[in-house]
Parts: sequence; structure tokens; C-alpha cells
Amino acid sequence: MPIQFKKFTLSNGLRFVVHEDHSTPMAVLNVLYDVGARDENPSQTGFAHLFEHLMFGGSVNISDFETPLQMAGGENNAFTTNDLTNYYIQLPAENIETAFWLESDRMLSLAFSEKSLDVQRKVVSEEFKEHYINRPYGDVWFKLRELAYKVHPYRWMTIGKELSHIENAKLPDVKRFFFRHYCPANAILVVAGNIKTDQALALAEKWFGSIPAGEKYLREIPAEPAQLNARKIDVKADVPLDALYKAYHVGSRTDNSYYAMDLITEVLGGGGSSRLFQSLVKEKKLFSNIECYHTGSSDPGLLVIEGKLIKGVPMENADLAIEEELNKLSSGKIEEKELVKVKNKTESAILFEDMGLMNRASNLAMYELMGDAEFMNTELQKYKDVSSEEILAESLLVFDEKNSSSLFYYSNN
Amino acid sequence: MSMLNRKTAPVITDAVKFHLDLPAHEKISLGNGVDVFLVNMGTLDTLMMNVVFYAGNCFENENLVASATNFMLKNGTRSKTAFEINEYFEYYGAYLSRHAGHETAELSLHCMNKHVSELLPAVAELISDSIFPEEELRIYKKNMQQRLQVNLRKNDFVASRIIDAYLFGEKHPYGRYSTASDYEALQVDQLRSFYNDYYRQGRCMIFVAGLLPADMNAQIEKHFGTLPFGGSSRQLIPAMPVHPAEQKKYRLVNDPDGVQGAIRVARNFPNRHHPDFQKMLVLNNLFGGFFGSRLMANIREDKGYTYGIHSYLTNLIQESSLMISTEAGKEVSEDTLKEVYIEMKRLCDEPVPEEELQTTRNFMIGTLLGDLDGPFQVAGRWKSLVLNGLTEDYFYRGVDTIKTIKPRDLQELANKYLRADDFYELVVV
Repeated sequence: MPIQFKKFTLSNGLRFVVHEDHSTPMAVLNVLYDVGARDENPSQTGFAHLFEHLMFGGSVNISDFETPLQMAGGENNAFTTNDLTNYYIQLPAENIETAFWLESDRMLSLAFSEKSLDVQRKVVSEEFKEHYINRPYGDVWFKLRELAYKVHPYRWMTIGKELSHIENAKLPDVKRFFFRHYCPANAILVVAGNIKTDQALALAEKWFGSIPAGEKYLREIPAEPAQLNARKIDVKADVPLDALYKAYHVGSRTDNSYYAMDLITEVLGGGGSSRLFQSLVKEKKLFSNIECYHTGSSDPGLLVIEGKLIKGVPMENADLAIEEELNKLSSGKIEEKELVKVKNKTESAILFEDMGLMNRASNLAMYELMGDAEFMNTELQKYKDVSSEEILAESLLVFDEKNSSSLFYYSNN
Repeated sequence: MSMLNRKTAPVITDAVKFHLDLPAHEKISLGNGVDVFLVNMGTLDTLMMNVVFYAGNCFENENLVASATNFMLKNGTRSKTAFEINEYFEYYGAYLSRHAGHETAELSLHCMNKHVSELLPAVAELISDSIFPEEELRIYKKNMQQRLQVNLRKNDFVASRIIDAYLFGEKHPYGRYSTASDYEALQVDQLRSFYNDYYRQGRCMIFVAGLLPADMNAQIEKHFGTLPFGGSSRQLIPAMPVHPAEQKKYRLVNDPDGVQGAIRVARNFPNRHHPDFQKMLVLNNLFGGFFGSRLMANIREDKGYTYGIHSYLTNLIQESSLMISTEAGKEVSEDTLKEVYIEMKRLCDEPVPEEELQTTRNFMIGTLLGDLDGPFQVAGRWKSLVLNGLTEDYFYRGVDTIKTIKPRDLQELANKYLRADDFYELVVV
């Protein structure tokens, strides 16, 4: 069943999508800003994410974002990726106007409080420590990104390249960032749930319609040059087990090859009957766990295989065994049954994901960012259309040794 | 058009005015006496089925037997290998997960309705015909030991298990934790025997939710109604006296180079049947239960000591606990603790302002409304009521408590349950 929605563009250029669902008592307001860590200055990384925290520190007319929302029975959160920043509020549909009021005021302008910046610098530093320092293997993605990307800003993490970048953020930087990126021209607004389209449109016009359009931000990001040679680094750290990470360059989220590539990760690493798990964990017993996934990014991304080695297994043997499995994929077509399996899994994953109102709202915003919210309804057919020939062709292209970046992460105890 | 007033909040409907209904379920009994609870609602052709057994770790004689048995339900039957089982479920795009708790353990199926008739017999096969192959257990033991080795490097993981041991005792099912040698000691015979007693012939109940196919009841009867479940006194939850530690304050060093301390402040708390439990949910909410809580406002949003701090009543059946949990910078860990106690004392000494209480009420009712949105969520509520030996009155009493509790009730509760001396305190760096 397709997701029903209507699209509008307000006079200030703000793109607006309404999805009615009268089976729920709730409503969701989702605001996506077309800015992520890839838009940062290399000497000020982590800024898009730090900025997301500051969006909760009060706006020009509303000193406290949280309390009025809670008073309206609502909850909210946000996340930042390398590509985008997304904010969402869920609350009882009767009180949806509170969400419009809050979100529109912080799109209009922030309070830019020195205290909020000071506290959130500390909070984000603790987040950095909690997730990336005080944790075994926490630094892997810093190293892997730097190995795979030499030019493109995907070479740093959303949290930032180093703590000092966050610690050194200043209020004028915050203001510049806000006015460059946080305006109707760079945002997509979605409302979903128990609300009528005409009512939603009236509320959008009322609260967002008068916000100055701002300038559309045109990003000029250097493309990552094709990788010509296999890359590899060794790391030694105080971790209990050796671990192996391999990253391969793949296309972007909007690339035609995306669907075949996504299914390949399922064939390799999706669940208990996937090839890597069955062969390397269960049969050969080289790894205690192994995964395969991709970054799904707006610019060309990475397909990653990662696993922890069984104590005593030499790294080179584990690496070879992975390559053997990849060679199988790039040397012959997969069986029809296996292709049907990964397609069925994908169909089911899409269906279950769409059960949640919040997911539907944020997905509509993300597909609209990709070009058209309607892609949400055509996505499944694109997976169904993938042939075993396309899987083979994509495997051949991706699993070329020259396209690989390997991180051998050794335990020093 | 009049000038838009952005300073004043739009008029809201107080969430306490919302009428909250727990949608009804249908209860049927199968030929073998198994109770099935069905929540038939939703808009998509998907369903969920939880097959719950009284097979938690309170029934095991050796540590980890319950969780290993539960995990290995997917690792081989007389007619299918582990690979074939996984492939079968995945071919239909279904998710089959398993979970072992303290009292119960379960298998959960999530699938598209169109495949349910292929999947139910396969689930039935796992709970009636599993064989626990030696080789599968060897792999499981090794992989779990390795996973444990990695987890033990995480201060947060270490703090979580040790605090439960302080609260309930190291031998208690709620306080017991895994060690490499416990994994090493597992034998297939123990698993097979546990499986036979607590699954094949165990005490079972089934929860189903979704936009259910018309013949769902008949399908369940067909595949589960003749299995040899029965249960005997063996599957009744045993008495579990707790043995809290005598010493209250602990500082442990787990990672000499660590940059944060994993902090737990916790006390024992009665279970859901105690008249204070639902009131405590309200007090806890404003103390540390959500983003706008006092602990978050003070320790994260004012001091910036942590990325997040939360308090909660643990989801346990026999006896609960009140837990405060955070990871804070190593150099501010002690200050974080100090602030936690300051917030407790404020709740003891000063009545909660009416407006803060109203905000908490509206937030709790609003999120409850959201939490009941969808068939799986509703079935989850019913499951929790049934497993805790409660009826729907409990749900409505809880809603009523949120709507009517007074500042003086909260202050009384704080003086009863938020006294610093009663709390265990643990910092793992």
C-alpha cells in the first residue's frame, strides 16, 4: 500500500510534505536541514553536530524549548549525519501547533547564548569520550574514514576529527553556521499523523511562511578520486581481540547501483544464513562475529566488512577467507533462491520500518531531499527489479582489491 | 493579518484531559491449555507473535543454562540444521528473535501476514524438536566468551552487572552474571534437559498482535494446540530471597587509561504490586526519567558533566530497583554524585512546584498515548500485565495516579525512598 502524501512549496521556498494517518492519535513534525558534517571546514569538524545540540538552547522568542513541548505532551530528538541534520517532535495531534511554534522560532533565529555554547561543548566532549575514547575499538571509524577518503569530507566523523575542534568552537562561528544553513531554502518540513492537509498547510503558512527564505546553500565538495591501489594500515591497541575491517568504495544513495549494492550486503552479512556468517563464523570458525553493511551516504559511500577474529587465528588467514567469499560473488551469479531471500527480507524491513509514524515522517523528508518524497513508494520495486546479473556486475566492480582499504586492528595483549 | 505573536505558546489541550484506552484483547485457550492473547488491530499486513515460556534463569541450576538454551533454540532440530532454520525464516523475510529473562524466556516472530502459514509450523518445530548439537554449543561458548572479553573492557557494562549483584546478591537470578568459566562449563545435556522441562513440556503462553488473518486462531490451534505443554509445579516461580550487599559505596578501577566513570546509584524497590510503585513512576519521571528531568537539567544541561543521565525503576517482576545511571568525565564523577544527592534532597525538602508537576503529568500522558500507538505496543502492555500478575485495572490506576497525584504525595514519597543513605553507589573507571 503506497504512503499517501501531498507536497507544497511555501512562498519562501520551504518544501512541505503532509502525510495524513487518522489511525493514530499522534502527530509528528519533522524538520530536515540539508547540512551535515560534509559541509564543515576541515579545521572545524564536528560543528554540524555541536550545532544540533545548540538548537535546544533556546530560540529568539522562546527561551526554553523543552518545557512547553513537555507541557503539550510531546517528546523530541534530533540526529546529525555526514549528510544532513534531522529534528523531530511527536505529540498528541490536538497539540500539533505547539510543534509548529517551537520549530518555526528556531528556524527564524536562535538565542545564541554563551552559556548554552559553553555547556554543550562540554556535553559533546563527554559524548565523544563515551562513544569513541572510553570504549574498545572506539577509534576504528576515525582511522577507516581517513584511510578510505583522502579528499572528500567523509574523511572525518560526524562527532568531529578531534576533541579540540569542539572545544574551540566560538559564538561567531555558531552564528555564521546558522545563517548559512538554517533557513527555509535549505530545509524540508514534514507533518504526519492525525491532521488534515488543509489544517497542516494553514499552520505551516502561519508559522513558517514569514521566515526569510535565506540563500540556498550550494555545496562545492571535491569528489573523491578513484582509488587506484589497495590500502592497508596496522593498528595495535589495548583491546582483547584482533579485529579486521575492510572498506570498499561504492556509489551514492541516488546511484542506480545502490539497490544491487544494498542486496549484496544482505547476501554477505544479513542474518544467520548470510554467507560470511555461515562460512567464516560457523564453518571455518575464523571469526566470533562478522558483519557487512554500507554507509548509504548522499555522496559515494563505503561498503564495510568487519569482524572479530577467534583468538589464535592469523590476520592474513582471516583476510584471505573474506576475499575468497567476495571472489565467489564476483565470479558467478547467485542462485535465484538466495536473491529472492534478500529481496523478501528487504520488503519486510521496509514494511516494518513504515509502521512507525516517526519513521514515515523522517523517511518522507529524506526521500524529498534525494529528489522526491514519492521515491518512498517506488523504492521496493527498484529492489525487486535487481537481477542476478546486476549483482554480479556490481560485485565485480566493488570487490576489486585496488578498491579496498583494510584495517588490521591487533590486540597488544 | 495581525502580527504573529511568537512569544506566547499556542493554546494546548492538557494531556490529562485525554482519554486513554488500552485496546481490548481476545483470549483463547488451546486444546492443550495454552492461553493465547490476541490483539487484532493495525493498518499494515504484518504481525508479531511472542511465545513465552517459564524458562528464565530463576529455573536453572547452573549459571547461563537458561540463556544458552534459549539462544540455541535456533541452532538445530531433528530435520533442520542451524543454517537451514535461519535460511527458512529469512527466505520469508521474517525475523525470529529470542530473549531469556529472569522468570520467562521467549521466541518472537515478526513477519508479513502472507507468510504466516509457512512460518508457524517452523516456530512450533523449534519449541518441540530442537536437538542442541554439540558443535553448535562449542561455537556458541567460544563466541560468547570472546564477546564477554570485549564487553568487560566497557566500564558501563561492568557497572551494570555489579550494581545488580550488590542489590540482589551474586547468587540471586537478578544479580548473577556471566563469567568465561561459566560458559566453559556448559554441557549439551544440561541444555537438553532444561529444554525438555521448561520448553517442550513447559508452561507456555502466546501473545499475538497485528492485523490478523481471519483464520489466525485456527492456525495457532493447529500448530501449537497439540504440543505437549502442560507444566507442573516445577515451572512455578521459586521463592527468590534477595541478599543485598552490606557495604554501600564502591569505587572500582577497570581501565586505568579510562576518561570517564560509569556511575550507578541504586536502591532496592518493591514490585508493581506495592501501592507506592505507580506513584514512584511519577516522582522518578521528574527526577530523572526524561530529557526535561531535574537530573538532566542540572547535570547535563547546566553543568555539562555528562552526555546523559537517567533514572528508572527496573523492569523486574519479584522486586524492582530504583536506578540512576550515567557516564561522566573522570574528573567530574564525584561532583556528579554530589549533584545527584542534592537533587534527591531538594525533592525531600521542597514540594514540587505545581507547574513542574503539570508538565510531568502532560508529558507522561502524552508519551503513554504515543506508546500505545500500534498493535505491537498494545500487546506489549498486555504481556507486561499478564506476566506481572496484574489486570487492566492496574493500567487505569496508573493513568489516574499520573492525573491526580499531589506535590505533598511526591514529597512524602521522596522522604521515604530518596534518602541518600539507602543507596548503593558505584563508580567504575
